[in-house]
Amino acid sequence: MSEGTQHNQSERGKSALSSTEGKTKEFLTIEIQGQLFGIPILQVQDVLGELKVTRIPLAPPQVSGSLNLRGRIVTAIDVRKCLGLPSLESSEDSHRMSVVVNHDDELYSLIIDSVGDVLTLHNKDFEANPATLDLIWKSVSLGVYRLQGRILVVLDVPKLLSSLQHPN
Amino acid sequence: MDDLIVEFLTETNESLMELDTDLIKLEQNPNDKDLISKIFRLMHTIKGTCGFLGLPRLETVAHRAENVLGRFRDGNLEVTPAYVSLILESLDRVRYLLGHIEETGTEPEGEDSDLTEKLDAVYEGRDGGADTASAPAAAAPGPVEIEVEFPSVQEKHAEESAPQVAAAKTEAPAAAQMQTKETAESAIANQSLRVNMGVLENLMTMVSELVLTRNQLLQIARTEKENNFATPLQRLNHVVSDLQEGVMKTRMQPIGNAWAKLPRIIRDLSIELGKKIDLEMTGQDTELDRQVLDMIKDPLTHMVRNSGDHGIETPAERAKSGKPETGKIHLRAYHEGGHIIIEIADDGKGLPTEKIRQKIISNGLASEEEAMKLSPQQVHQFIFHAGFSTADKVTSVSGRGVGMDVVRTNIEKIGGSIEMKSAEGKGSTFYIKIPLTLAIVSSLIVESAGERFAIPQLAVRELVLVSQKSENRIEMIRNTPVFRLRDKLLPLVSLEDLLKLGNNTDTDLATRFEHKYIIVTQVGNYSFGLIVDQVFDTEEIVVKPVAKILKDIDLFSGNTILGDGSVIMILDPGGIAKVTGENNVTDSASDTAEDNRRIAADKKTSLLLFTAGQGSPKAVPLSLISRLENVEVSSIEQTDGQMLVQYRGSLMPILPFSNDIDLESVSAKPLLVFADRGKSVGLIVDEIVDIREEAIEIQLDGKRQGVFGSAIISGKATEIVDVMHFLNSVHGDWFKDHGDEPFLQHDKRKQGGGSSSKRILLVDDSPFFRNMLCPLLTAAGYEVVAVEGPSKALELTESEENFDIIISDIEMPDMNGYDFATRVRANEKWQNTPMVALTSHATPEDIDHGYESGFDEYIAKFDRDTLLSTISKTLSRGIEA
Repeated sequence: MSEGTQHNQSERGKSALSSTEGKTKEFLTIEIQGQLFGIPILQVQDVLGELKVTRIPLAPPQVSGSLNLRGRIVTAIDVRKCLGLPSLESSEDSHRMSVVVNHDDELYSLIIDSVGDVLTLHNKDFEANPATLDLIWKSVSLGVYRLQGRILVVLDVPKLLSSLQHPN
Repeated sequence: MDDLIVEFLTETNESLMELDTDLIKLEQNPNDKDLISKIFRLMHTIKGTCGFLGLPRLETVAHRAENVLGRFRDGNLEVTPAYVSLILESLDRVRYLLGHIEETGTEPEGEDSDLTEKLDAVYEGRDGGADTASAPAAAAPGPVEIEVEFPSVQEKHAEESAPQVAAAKTEAPAAAQMQTKETAESAIANQSLRVNMGVLENLMTMVSELVLTRNQLLQIARTEKENNFATPLQRLNHVVSDLQEGVMKTRMQPIGNAWAKLPRIIRDLSIELGKKIDLEMTGQDTELDRQVLDMIKDPLTHMVRNSGDHGIETPAERAKSGKPETGKIHLRAYHEGGHIIIEIADDGKGLPTEKIRQKIISNGLASEEEAMKLSPQQVHQFIFHAGFSTADKVTSVSGRGVGMDVVRTNIEKIGGSIEMKSAEGKGSTFYIKIPLTLAIVSSLIVESAGERFAIPQLAVRELVLVSQKSENRIEMIRNTPVFRLRDKLLPLVSLEDLLKLGNNTDTDLATRFEHKYIIVTQVGNYSFGLIVDQVFDTEEIVVKPVAKILKDIDLFSGNTILGDGSVIMILDPGGIAKVTGENNVTDSASDTAEDNRRIAADKKTSLLLFTAGQGSPKAVPLSLISRLENVEVSSIEQTDGQMLVQYRGSLMPILPFSNDIDLESVSAKPLLVFADRGKSVGLIVDEIVDIREEAIEIQLDGKRQGVFGSAIISGKATEIVDVMHFLNSVHGDWFKDHGDEPFLQHDKRKQGGGSSSKRILLVDDSPFFRNMLCPLLTAAGYEVVAVEGPSKALELTESEENFDIIISDIEMPDMNGYDFATRVRANEKWQNTPMVALTSHATPEDIDHGYESGFDEYIAKFDRDTLLSTISKTLSRGIEA
C-alpha cells in the first residue's frame, strides 16, 4: 500500500514539476522546525507577518482562526499541527510568519516558522519521497529536492488543505 | 404602451440581435440545424405572442416563416442560399414590424403578401427553385427587399443585383425606411441591459467590502476629534451609501413579478370552487431584493390561494349575508421603514374563531379551559401552528394542514414576520413584513470568554442582566441552567460551554453566573437564553460564508469583518437551537415503556395549585374547575349538616377541603366551583397559590380520602386532588345518570382474588387522564397498558399483545374512538375483546354511535366508580360467555 501511494505521489510530483517547459521550477522556501520546505511560487499569493487572528471555536485543531487580509477573510492554518509537530512557545510565536495561498477560491494563510528566499530548482535534483518518510509528511509532500547541504521538501498545499476538510 | 408589448419587444429584439451573429454562419453553412431550429423557435414564439397581443400582421409573417422553417428543420427541404435569403427577409420583415410597433404602439399600415406568397410557395414546394443553388433565381421575385435589408446578403450578391439595389433605394421608400430602422438599433432594447446575476453578486460583494472599510475608517475617525480627514470622510461616507443603495437597486425587482401568476390562479380557483373572486393588486412596482422575492413567491401564492379557498364564500352565501356576490382579494405592497409590507386582504367570511378553538382543544394545543380564555386574536394565531387546517375537507387547493406554518417558517427564514387580523363575517387581512435585503444584517455584538461574536438582531428578543444575588438569577436543574422570565422558565445555553471556549470548573453559581447577560433568543416558536459575558452595540454587518473546512460547524451562519478590522464569527440562532435541542432528543431515547410514559409526561396539564389545611400543597386539573369564587364566610348557611351558599340564584352545596380549614377567623375564603350537568359544588380552600402548566406524573398514594396521589409540581411534592370524591360526597348520585350503583370493595376483592390479573388497554390522548386512570386501575388490581392514541393501540395488535378489555377515549386527534372501535372490530385478533368508551360528552346520539361502532359500554370520564364496576361487569360477562 505504502509503495503504491509513494509511486502515485512521485508520478504526480513529476508531472506537476515538469509541466513547465523548462527544466527548472521556482519555489518559495519556508522553514518549520529547522526543516526546509518549498511551495511552488505560483501558488503563493502573499507573505504575511504576524496578524491578529480570531479564534474559531469548535474548529479542527489545525485551524488557528481567521484573519482579515485587506477586507478578505482568510482562514489561518497551523502547518506545525498539520505535520504533527509541537506548537511553538508563545514567545517565539510572535515572530511567526504566514504564506497566503488560494485553494478552491478561498484564501488560507499557512502559519509557518519563517520564510526564506525564492529558489529556482533543477528537475535533476528532484526525487520522490523516501519510502521511509513519516506517513503524515509523506501525505503532504510531493517529493524532495537535493540542495547543497540541505533537503527541501515540496509541500503539496492542495492536499494539505483538503485533508483538513475531511479529517480522518 | 402596454407593459406586455414592451416586454415582448425587448425580448424579441434581444433574440433577433443574438441571431444576427448567427446569420452570417447560416450563409456559410445553410444546413446548420441548430440555427434553423433557433430561428424556428423565435418565429414560433413571435407567432404565439402576437396572437395574444393582437398583432395580426406580425403574426402572419411569423406563421408563414415558421411553416417554411419547419420544413427545413425536419429535413424535408434542403436549405439553399436562396432560401437563406428568404429566411433573412422574413426576419427582417419581423424586425421592421417590431420597429414600427415600438415607435407607434401599432402595426404599420399595409400587408406582407409579397413575402408570405413567397414563403407559401416554398412551403408548398411550388417555387421550383428548390433544387438549384442559383441564388438569383430564387431571389428574383423580390430582390429589392432582400438586398436592402441585409447588408451581408447584399455584399454577397452585390454583383448580380447591384442595379436593383440602386433601384430599390429610389423606388421603394418603404424599403428604405426599413433600412433606416434596421441600422438604428432598437431603442427599447437599449434602455435595459441584461446582466448576469454573477456580475451583480460580485458587485454587491465589492460594495459590501467598501461599506466595511468605510465603517472602519469612520470608527478610527471618531476616536480623533480634530482631523483633516473628517470632511473627505464625510463625503466618502455619503458616496458609499449612495453606491450601496445603487447597487442594491440593481438586484431589486418589482414585486409584481412574483404576482404575475396570481390572477390566473384565482381565475382557475373561482371556476373550480364556483366562486366569484376579484383579485385587486396595488403596489406591483414596489421593489425588493431578488433573493427575497424568490423566497416569498411560494408563500404568497399559497396565501392568496388560501384567501380564495377559505376566505371568500360562494356567491349564494355571500348574497345571504348581504355582500356583493363577487368576493374581493386585495393584494397590496408598500414600503415602511426599511421593510416591505405585503397585505393580503379578503372580504370573505373571516376566520371561524370557535371552530379553531375547538380544533385547538382537540389537537391538544391547549386545554379546554385555556382555549376558552383565549381572545379571538390569540385563537387566530393558532392557524400558524403545524398541522392546523380548518378546511373540513381536503381540496386540491388547501386543507392539507400544511400551509400557514410553512408560510410562516419561510417568512421567518428571511427575517420577516407575519401578522393577521380577522373579523368573522367581514374578512381577514394578513400582513407580511419582510426586510428589503438579506445581504446586510444588523447584528448584536457579544462577548464570551474573551471572544466576540455577532448574533443577528432579528433573533434577539430582549437582554437580561443577571445578578445571582437578586431576583434575576440563574438557577440550575442538575447541570442545566434555567431562568425565570416573567413566570416562564427559559432554557439557557451558556455560549462559553457550547463553544467550549473556556475550561470553566467554577461550579459555584454565585460566582460563575454573576453579572452575565442573557440574550433571549427566539427561533420560530422556541425561545431560549444565551448566556454571554458582555454585550456591545449593534453593527450592520455583511454576512460572508465561512471557509469550507468550517462548514461542518452548525453554530455559525457566517463570518464578517467588523468596523475595527477584526474578523468575527456570526452565530446562527437556528443552529444553536438545533444543536441544543437535539441533545434533548437523545436524552429521552429509551425503551418503549419508558417512552410511552415519557410522551405522556411530556404533554402538559394545567393545574391549579392551592393550599388547604395541613400538609403539602394541593393541585387540581384546571380543566375540571368551572370557576373560582370568593365566598363570604357569613353567607354560608347550614342545612341538614350540609353547607350551602346562594350562588347565581340557586343554592350550591359547599364543603371544606378538609376539616382543619379555619372558617372562624377570616371573613372570606376562596372557593373552587365544579360544575357538571347543571349541578355545582364548591370546595373551600385556604389559598389559591398559582396556575401551573406542568407535565405531571402521579404517584399513587395510599388510601387517603380525596387524594389520588402525589406529584412533583414546581419542585414540590403536591397532592393531586380527587375531585370525584368531593363531588360524590355531596351529590351521591352525581353520575347516576350514566352508570350503575357505585361499586367498590366488592369488586376489588374479586379482582384481587384472581390468579392472574386482567389486562387493560387504555387509549386516551390526554396525558392527564392516562396518569389519573392508570394508578386507579392498577390499584383496582388490573394490569394497565396506556397508549396515547388509536394508532399506537393498533400497532399493538401487530405485536403479540392481548388484552381482556379495551378502554378508549372518544375525542382523539388522529383518529376518533368510533373509528378506532370499527378498526378494532375489523381486526381478527381483537374482534372479541370488549370495548368501553370513555368520554366527557355523552348525548344519546353519541352513545348510539358508540354502540354502532362496536363499543360494549359507554361511560363518563370522571366517574371512577362506574368505570370500575363497568370494567368488572364487562369482564365477568366475557368470562360467562
